[in-house]
Amino acid sequence: MRMNVPEDRRYTTEHEWAALEDGVVTVGITDYAQEQLGEIVFVELPKEGDVIKKDETFGAVESTKTASDLYAPMSGKVIEVNDPLADSPGVVNEDPYEEGWMIRVEVSDEDEFEGLLTAAGYKKIIAEAAE
Amino acid sequence: MTGRRGLDFAEPLIFERGSPGRRGTSTLASPLGTWDASREAPSEFLRRGPVGLPEVGEPEAFRHFVRLSRWNFAIDLGMYPLGSCTMKYNPKVNEAAARMPGFAELHPYAPESWTQGALRLLYELAHGLAELAGLHAVTLQPAAGAQGELTGLMIIRAAHIARGGARTRILIPDTAHGTNPASSALCGFEVVPLPTGGRGFVEASVVERAMDERVAAFMATNPNTLGLFESEIGRIAEIVHAKGGFVYCDGANMNALLGKVRPGDMGVDVMQYNLHKTFTTPHGGGGPGAGPVAVTKALEPFLPKPVVAKTGDVYRFEFDRPKSIGRMRSFCGNFGVLVRAFTYLREMGIDGLTRVAEMAVLNANYLRVNLRDDFQLAFDGPCMHEAVFSDKKQKASGATTMDIAKRLIDFGFHPPTIYFPLVVHGALMIEPTETETKETLDEFIAAMREIARECRESPDVVKGAPHHTALGRLDEVQAARRPVLRWKRECEEKPRPR
Amino acid sequence: MKYLPQTEGDIAALCAAVGVGSPDALFSELTKQFPIRRAIDLPNGKTERAVRAELQGLADANRRGLSFIGAGAYAHYSPVAIDHLLLRSEFLTAYTPYQAEISQGTLQAIFEFQTMIANVFGTDIANASMYDGATATAEAMLMARRVTSRERFVVARTVHPEYREVARTYLTAQNADAIVEVGFTDDGGVNFGAVAAALSDDVAALVVQQPNFFGRVEDVARAAEMAHARGALLVVAVAEPHAFGLYEAPGALAADIVAGEGQSFGMAPSFGGPSLGLFGCKEAFVRKMPGRLVGQTVDSRGARGFVLTLSTREQHIRREKATSNICTNQGLVALAATIYLSLVGESGFRELAHENYSRASAARDRITKLPGWRLRFAGPIFNEFAVDAPVPAARVVDALSAKGVLPGFALSRFYPDLPNTLLVNVTELHEPSDIDRLVSLLSEVK
Repeated sequence: MRMNVPEDRRYTTEHEWAALEDGVVTVGITDYAQEQLGEIVFVELPKEGDVIKKDETFGAVESTKTASDLYAPMSGKVIEVNDPLADSPGVVNEDPYEEGWMIRVEVSDEDEFEGLLTAAGYKKIIAEAAE
Repeated sequence: MTGRRGLDFAEPLIFERGSPGRRGTSTLASPLGTWDASREAPSEFLRRGPVGLPEVGEPEAFRHFVRLSRWNFAIDLGMYPLGSCTMKYNPKVNEAAARMPGFAELHPYAPESWTQGALRLLYELAHGLAELAGLHAVTLQPAAGAQGELTGLMIIRAAHIARGGARTRILIPDTAHGTNPASSALCGFEVVPLPTGGRGFVEASVVERAMDERVAAFMATNPNTLGLFESEIGRIAEIVHAKGGFVYCDGANMNALLGKVRPGDMGVDVMQYNLHKTFTTPHGGGGPGAGPVAVTKALEPFLPKPVVAKTGDVYRFEFDRPKSIGRMRSFCGNFGVLVRAFTYLREMGIDGLTRVAEMAVLNANYLRVNLRDDFQLAFDGPCMHEAVFSDKKQKASGATTMDIAKRLIDFGFHPPTIYFPLVVHGALMIEPTETETKETLDEFIAAMREIARECRESPDVVKGAPHHTALGRLDEVQAARRPVLRWKRECEEKPRPR
Repeated sequence: MKYLPQTEGDIAALCAAVGVGSPDALFSELTKQFPIRRAIDLPNGKTERAVRAELQGLADANRRGLSFIGAGAYAHYSPVAIDHLLLRSEFLTAYTPYQAEISQGTLQAIFEFQTMIANVFGTDIANASMYDGATATAEAMLMARRVTSRERFVVARTVHPEYREVARTYLTAQNADAIVEVGFTDDGGVNFGAVAAALSDDVAALVVQQPNFFGRVEDVARAAEMAHARGALLVVAVAEPHAFGLYEAPGALAADIVAGEGQSFGMAPSFGGPSLGLFGCKEAFVRKMPGRLVGQTVDSRGARGFVLTLSTREQHIRREKATSNICTNQGLVALAATIYLSLVGESGFRELAHENYSRASAARDRITKLPGWRLRFAGPIFNEFAVDAPVPAARVVDALSAKGVLPGFALSRFYPDLPNTLLVNVTELHEPSDIDRLVSLLSEVK
C-alpha cells in the first residue's frame, strides 16, 4: 500500500485528516479515502457559522457509485469553507491534503486533537482494511 | 442529417428535428366557437411565449422513436439475466387484455354499477395472490415494489401503535435491496443491519441477539439476493413473534417459490409482490410496475383503503375502514398492470405457476454448475432462482466485474446485475428465469467461458468492451459533475457523425 | 406449456448436469419444512383463447358510455401512433436503463421527456417520473421538508382529495399535526385570508393545485408571494397539465416545485392507472430531488450520450439516507407522454388547450341557463367546472347513469358541504351532440 499519509497531521478512523494551528483545525479526507471513492463528483459541506460536533456528520462526498458521510474530527464552529470544491470536486482526488481541504473550524476543545490517530496509527488501519 | 453505420442510424434529439409550423396531429375543428379566456381570467394568468414542444410531423416523429428503440436491449431481443429483476418473457396476450376498451376507457370514478367487471378482476387477483402467499388479504394499490414495502411497513407500524406500543427499529439483512432500508427510513424506522452468516443466510442466533421490544419487524427477501433460501426463517419467525414483532418478506424473488412453498406458512406476516417481475408485466424501461401487499388476518384491518369487497354477486369498494393506514396512491393502483398480471395468473394456473418456480430454479442451477469452474461462486451449493458469482478468479488479469459485464454485451447478452449484493465483492448476479431454452442457456455459458478465457489471454479486449455498440462507455463522472438534465436550444449540438 | 420451453429431454439433461433426479428435488428441503397443508385455491391453466374470452367477459361486464367525469383522470384523444410505438419490444420489454450503452433509446427518450415536462411546467428541471399525481405531490412535500428543514404544511382543500389523503398517509403518520388544510372562497379559489393566517415560520410549503380540483384556475403568483414571504416553498399540484397550453406555467409564476399527474398526455383513464407522476423544480434543489434523472454526457469516443445520473440520491446507493424509496417508476407511461407531446407539438398543444376551454365554456353556459341550475364558482376555468343542481348531485349521477350517461362527478363524496355540486369535464372529445344530450338529460332531472 503506497498511500500518502503525511506525518504533520492527525486522522480519524473514518478517513478524515485534521491539521490544527492556533485553535483552528483544517479538515479534509485522506488520499486513501479519495482512492477508495474513485472520481469525486460532489462535495456537500456545511455553511460558514455552522456548529459541528466531534464524530457527527458534517457533510458528504460522492462519486458516481457511492456516497460517504464526512465525520467531524473535532467540535467547533465552521469559519471557512473551501467553496471552489463546489465547482471542481475533482481537486479532492488530485490533491486531498492541500488544495482539496474542505472546512476550517474554530475548535471548542483543543484537547480533542490528541485523541485523534497519528499518521502511524492511521497507516495501520488502512493496512488492515486492505487485507 | 442522419449519419449511419449500416442500419444503425444516428438520431438527434426530437427538439433538434422538425421545422416551425410542422405538426403531428390534425388541426382541431371548433364547432362551438373559439372562446376567449381573457374575458374571465386576468391577462397575467394566461401563458405567454412558446411552451417549447417539438414541431414535427407524424412520419418524422415515428421514425425518431423507432430509431431510438433500436438502441435498446430488450427481453424480446435476447437473454436478460439480470439477477433479482426476473426478466422473463412478457406474454403478448397480457397486452391484448389490458387494451380491451372495457378496461382502458373505464373511469375510476364511474359508478360501481358500471365497473363490476373491473372490480371482479381486482377481487379475484387479490384472492389468487393471497392464496399463493399463504396469507389472508391483499391490497392492490401500491404502484411498485418499493411502494409495497412502504405500505407493508406502515401497516406494521400502525399495528404496533394499535397494540399500544410504537416500535422504532427494523432488522434488515445486509444482502437487502436498497429499497428496504429506504422504505424503512421513509416510514420513520431506524434500520439495524444484520450480517449474513457463513452459509449465505441470516442465522437465527443473530436475530435472537438483535430482537427486543424496540424491534417492529424483521424484513428479509426470501430467497435472498444471494439466490439462497433463508433456511432459518421458520425459527427466526418464532423468535420475532415471541417478542411481539412482525416478519416482513420482500417478495421480489417470489418467482422461485410459486406454488411450491408459501411465505405465510413460514411465519411471514406481510409480503409484497413485484408483478413486473413474477407476473410477467413488461418492465417498460423502468415501469410501470405494481406492488400488491399480502397480510395476515390480524393485519387485514390496517390495509390501505379502499379494498374491494363482495356481497352476494356484487363487488364494491369498501371505504369504511377505521384502522386503515390511509391511501397510498390515487384511485386503485396501476390497474392496467393488474389486468396483465391477472391474465398471466389465469393462463398459467396453479399447475403452470408451480412449474415456473421449478424451471426457474433448475435453469439457475444449470448455469451455476456450468460456470463455477470459470467464475468464483459466492456460496457453493444449490441455489434457488439465481446464482451469485464474482470476479475473484479474474483478479490477476486486471479485468473487473464491470468489464465482464460490458463484454457480455458484445456477445449479445444483457449483463447480469453487478456489484450487488454488496456483501459479495465484485458480484455478478445471474438469473436466467424459466423462459429461456436450454440452447440459449448453453450459448450464455459458452459466452461466459469465452470471456473467462479472454481475461486470461487477452484481458484488454475485455477491459475495452463493449466494442459493438453504437456508443462506447459513457462518462458518468462528467454527467454527475456538471448535470445537464434537459435540452436547451442554445446548447444544441450537431448529431455525431458516424 | 408455451412460456416454458424446456422439453422432457431438456429437463432430463439439466437435471443430470445439476445432479438431481427431478426439478422437484431442488425443493425437497423447503417443502418438507413448509408443506402446503390445504390445496391452493386457484384453477389450473388454460389456453390463450380461453383466457382471452374470460378477460373479454370481464371487460364487457363494465359499462361504457358518454362520460363527463374528469376529477383527476381525463380522456383525450390518443393518436394511434403512440400505442404502436409503446408495443415496440425494445421499449416495452427493456429494464431500467442501468447499462447505458445498450439503453440509449430509453435514456434519450427520458431526456426528451424531462425537457418537455420542464417546459410545460415552466420549471428548470424535471425528473424521469414518479408513480402518480398523488405520490408526486407527497414527494414534493417531503422534498420541501428537506430543503427548508421545516416540518409543517399548509394545504388547500382545493387540492385533489386523494392527493391530500396520500400526503396524509406519507407525512402525518409521524407527526399528526404536520398538515393544516385551508378552505376556499365563494368563487372556488383557495382562501388567501386563511392561507395568511395558517402560514408561520415553521411551514415548509404551501400546497395549491392548478387548475384546482373544482377546475378553477388559481392565482399561483399570489400563492408564491405569500409562501415566500414566510420562507416557505410553494408546491403546485397538477391533475390536468393540458391547462398549461392556455394558462401560465406554475414555474413561471415562481412555484418552487410542480408535481402532478401526466395520464392525460396520451394515456387512457384505464380505471385510474397506469398513471404518470410528473415532478419539476428549481435547479438549485436538484440534489434533494426524488426519483431517477437522466443526464447528458459523452462516450469514450466523444459522442453525445445519456446516462442515469446523480444516483447517489437514490435508494440503491444511499439506502436509508436516500431522498426517496422509489425504484421502479412509470417509464413506459413517460415514453407515451413524450410521444404524445411530440405529435401534438407546440401549436397542437395550445390549440388543444383552447379547444378544451372553448367546449367546456360552451357547456357551462348551456347548463347554467337551465332552470334550477347555477354556476357554483365564478372564477376562471380550464376544461372542468362546478355547477349546482336543483337536487343532490349524487341523484343526478344516478338518474343519468341509468340512461347510459355519466354527467360528471358529485363533489359530495369529498365535500359534504357541497351536496348539490356536480363537477363537469368537457374535452376535445365531446362533440356538440354530446353536449346537447347532456343538457337535455340534465333538464329532465327533478
